[in-house]
Amino acid sequence: MDNLMNVTVTVNGTPYERAVEPRLLLSDFLRHELGLTGTHVGCEHGVCGTCTILFDGQAVRSCLMFAIQADGHEVLTVEGLGSVDKLHPLQQAFRDAHALQCAFCTPGFLMTLVPFLEEKPNPTEEEIREAIAGNLCRCTGYQNIVEAVKLAAERMGA
Amino acid sequence: MKPAPFKYYAPTTAEEALAHLAEHGYDAKVLAGGQSLIPTMNFRLAQPSVLVDLNHVSELFYIKPGGDGGVLVGAMTRESQVEHDPLIAERAPLVFEAMPHIAHPQIRNRGTFGGCIAHADPAAELPAVSVALDARLRIRSQAGERWVSADEFFVGFFTTVIEPDELLVEIALPPMAPRSGCSFQEVARRHGDYALVGAAASVALDHQGRCQRVRLVFLSVGEGPVEAGRAADLLQGQFPTPEAIRAAAETAASADVDPGSDIHASADYRRHLVKILARQSLTQAFDRAKGIGG
Ligand SMILES: Cc1cc2nc3c(=O)[nH]c(=O)nc-3n(C[C@H](O)[C@H](O)[C@H](O)COP(=O)(O)OP(=O)(O)OC[C@H]3O[C@@H](n4cnc5c(N)ncnc54)[C@H](O)[C@@H]3O)c2cc1C
Ligand code: FES
Ligand code: FES
Repeated sequence: MDNLMNVTVTVNGTPYERAVEPRLLLSDFLRHELGLTGTHVGCEHGVCGTCTILFDGQAVRSCLMFAIQADGHEVLTVEGLGSVDKLHPLQQAFRDAHALQCAFCTPGFLMTLVPFLEEKPNPTEEEIREAIAGNLCRCTGYQNIVEAVKLAAERMGA
Repeated sequence: MKPAPFKYYAPTTAEEALAHLAEHGYDAKVLAGGQSLIPTMNFRLAQPSVLVDLNHVSELFYIKPGGDGGVLVGAMTRESQVEHDPLIAERAPLVFEAMPHIAHPQIRNRGTFGGCIAHADPAAELPAVSVALDARLRIRSQAGERWVSADEFFVGFFTTVIEPDELLVEIALPPMAPRSGCSFQEVARRHGDYALVGAAASVALDHQGRCQRVRLVFLSVGEGPVEAGRAADLLQGQFPTPEAIRAAAETAASADVDPGSDIHASADYRRHLVKILARQSLTQAFDRAKGIGG
């Protein structure tokens, strides 16, 4: 393979350097090159939201960026959010409120909602529903996801 | 579901980007936010052999006051930035009102103002809004630049006047005239979905309160933004009474649009929505022009 390009990117605080084809999607880079399989891939056209990550602190679709575009930038994936021993308060709230069943969609919801709660620490139900409109869940019916966000907001504000 | 190989350039100036486009012509594609281009590449509907990424062209990222009292927006300005910008809120309220209807926050964090206009999706909000506002678009090539008005810019389904060696660099949003008002309304199945139908209205009244200028533009009912010229003609010079607005809305639905059917909505339902949204958007725009309501 010719046409390889260097990418240096900080993911969850750790710098990585790889040579990749320009066509490699950021989602595939995270999963295949770095082994960070917490970022899921559902549709690869921006609709399902499960590949959502934080790019320089902002929620974006990792399937709609090329890995080389992340050169020099900072990425946060679900692996960087909390640890098994110490879940992020939003993860804990998802667990407590039964906001996941198969959990395929969960990383995308979490990465969408972390910056949302930073911006709006006391969201209304309507704001929460609008915030998650770009994330699809085939299991939960969304009800408990909304409950989890309210719970997390309550706990994080306390 | 993976893009075909391509050669990637990341120029840092518009001049450099234009040189790549001049060299590669139809083989090259401009990469802005990628929120429309990358999905089509993932599906291999688009297989450009060269990508010219504008994300490092810092001169294309800005929102600044125009000398005429309007606003100038650099083509690469992110949709999310326009959405929250106080100058846009003050000077281009129609744009401000339309922004939250575009996709989802994660898409707007990457998608660009210029990309949305250059993409010319008939279901997109900003093309219709730019026509309703008489926005002017600055297009550059190595040979120089030209200004095109929004109503001449869109020439059909996903098609604009931009040539392969050209870039859209700036969108000029004109100032709001005295006694003017605007309104954006749309119906979508879920928040953030592409609209089944949307309407952008921009009106101005004369000293007596008669209609001096009426622009009513629909999205998702044709091959691009569809202007309701007959409805506007009906209102021109008239007082915008509820009866006059209702008559204009009926004319818009029966004479100005010819929507199609697809899996999302039938032509009849779209025509029905045109009538409702025309009435709602015109009523709100005229109320705002009269200084009534928010
Ligand atoms: C799930 C989803 C939902 C969406 N919903 C909506 C919606 O409801 N309404 C809506 O309007 N949009 C919607 N979009 C599209 C989104 O707004 C896109 O960001 C936008 O249409 C294209 O902007 P971009 O910057 O991403 O352009 P890109 O995808 O990078 O480019 C699009 C096209 O425009 C060309 N181009 C871009 N910039 C320039 C330039 N400066 N000069 C010349 N050519 C240029 C590119 O070459 C390409 O052909 C949605 C997208 C997704 C994935
Ligand atoms: S995989 Fe990225 S949005 Fe579905
Ligand atoms: S929990 Fe299964 S898709 Fe959301």
